[in-house]
Amino acid sequence: MTSVQYREIEGRSAGYAALLGVLGILVLGGLAAAWTMEHQGHFITGMSNRIVWGTPHVFAVFLIVAASGALNVASIASVFGRELYKPLARLSGLLALTLLAGGLAVLVLDLGRPERLVVAMTHYNFKSIFAWNIFLYTGFFAVVALYLWTMFERRMNRHTKPAGLLAFVWRLVLTTGTGSIFGFLVAREPYNSAILAPLFIIMSFSFGLAIFVLVLMAACRWTGRALGDAVVDRLRTLLGVFAAAVLYFVAVQHLTNLYIARQHDVERFFLLQGGVYTVLFWGGQVLVGGLLPLALLFGARSRGSLVLASGAVILGGLAQLYVLIIGGQAYPQLMFPGKEVRSSFFDGVVAAYAPSLPEVALGVGGVALALALTAVALKVLPFLPRSLADGEVAPAKA
Amino acid sequence: MNPERRQLLAWGAAAAAGAMLAPGLRLVELAQARSPEEAASKLQRWGLLIDIAKCGECDACVTACHEENGVTSRGRPTTDPQWIRKVSLADRQTGYVQTLPLMCQHCEHPPCVDVCPTGASFKRADGIVLVDKHTCIGCRYCVMACPYAARSFVHEATSGQKPDVPRGKGTVESCTLCVHRVDRGDTPACVVACNRDGGRAMAFGDLNDKGGVLYQRLRDEPSSQIRADLALNTGVRYQGL
Repeated sequence: MTSVQYREIEGRSAGYAALLGVLGILVLGGLAAAWTMEHQGHFITGMSNRIVWGTPHVFAVFLIVAASGALNVASIASVFGRELYKPLARLSGLLALTLLAGGLAVLVLDLGRPERLVVAMTHYNFKSIFAWNIFLYTGFFAVVALYLWTMFERRMNRHTKPAGLLAFVWRLVLTTGTGSIFGFLVAREPYNSAILAPLFIIMSFSFGLAIFVLVLMAACRWTGRALGDAVVDRLRTLLGVFAAAVLYFVAVQHLTNLYIARQHDVERFFLLQGGVYTVLFWGGQVLVGGLLPLALLFGARSRGSLVLASGAVILGGLAQLYVLIIGGQAYPQLMFPGKEVRSSFFDGVVAAYAPSLPEVALGVGGVALALALTAVALKVLPFLPRSLADGEVAPAKA
Repeated sequence: MNPERRQLLAWGAAAAAGAMLAPGLRLVELAQARSPEEAASKLQRWGLLIDIAKCGECDACVTACHEENGVTSRGRPTTDPQWIRKVSLADRQTGYVQTLPLMCQHCEHPPCVDVCPTGASFKRADGIVLVDKHTCIGCRYCVMACPYAARSFVHEATSGQKPDVPRGKGTVESCTLCVHRVDRGDTPACVVACNRDGGRAMAFGDLNDKGGVLYQRLRDEPSSQIRADLALNTGVRYQGL
């Protein structure tokens, strides 16, 4: 195969300007929301002393998880040697960086004291998984930047494989860290499970690839680049496998709980009587995020179905994180087994929560930031191949 | 030497030794009590013992705590901070009703301290778990980790702060065991109020002090910890739970 030709996108069209304009407005909206929350205090949001992590955290965790998953395409090319994916590797690395930046921006801007970020950079408690994550996230930027450099700089190409391996291992550790934020919470029945780390890793594969597919297809379409069936079909199969794997891990998580008497109330909450969380679990996470994409990907094999399936995976993923993060807090903490508990602090009852405008604006602002950074980067550096037509990319070997 | 004389000498020697050692022993005791300038010491482990049988339908402890610490309500129950709350328990099988005060349990192995990224959530040598308001970034991971829902996030600007009790919007706070009073040699406000206006259900003391009331009661009477299964070795113990 001849070497892949990459080229910046032109970025002079009205469409490109409009895209950046819309994303810019959404980013500004997110900043305004953060500023308001910071000045007024978090009481203006839907969050409370029972639901301390709300919609911003759903978006932030989604973006951070997706960031590590977006790198998968590059890993498949450099670590596992699949030539077909090689032309996609630069975009994969770029999305890993921009999605992480968007997610971290949301996380930081939601802090009670975001201006103390420097404190988080100078005071560490190394028993805290959050503290590890600060290193894992900043390290990820460095490792992926290095990895991209080995791809961009011809003289460094021979180092792409070791750099890719390092990035691959790093992203696995990073997502283990993200899952363990919840997995290590010993006192909350909905979390407190080692399965959350691998579940988050497989979620990252799925969410990251769904975003990658949509960005790739949009970029190719809007810049008039050919995108052959070889690439599309391979991505379709891969997304199907990942979506199925997410369902598998979710099934194992709940089956394990169903076997343990102590966890029966938790399962009854999520699977049967949890109101909005039950609806989001079955309707959002399982149906829209799992079964629908599988039907679309393995049923109708059209590009439209791949786009729809990717969108469904993203919506289902957001629903999954909403159920996990917010539903997991809404479910009352078990302090007095065998007792009905009541208090002025809402002990013993399902905590009420509704997303507020500032929270949604901040979360959406993070997504917009990630996409805006991507769009700008595509214009500045040659991340995209000139063509992904079937004849131009290596035949699918495996 | 005849036996009486020998006995007398022995007594005399013992008395002399006692006279010489006593001030030393007293000094050890004095050394254990700390002056305000001195750092907290591992020699103490401050804690509470709460006898639920004596705890009735009053909230003297809650009122006293929030008054002492300047914790005010804005009339927004979901976001107003609560350092201590009364919890009502009804047995699911029999309906038997109990009530108890619940606050930071001042664990020996506090999950809030484990998860805090900056170390703002910390445990003093004498077992009191606190939040350093200068290094808390407001991430709320400690609120997620606390098994007792004992922590509050300050959701809006504070007013009526007490000089001894720093608070601030955007940081997390919880019961300090009235550390400012304990450091002066006083008793936490909730315990004072309970013994003055309530059911005399609460006792404060040093879990390490074998001569102290708390230690002796825990040695001689049954008691329990909330979520003892987590093996956190709480500083707050309950009777009648």
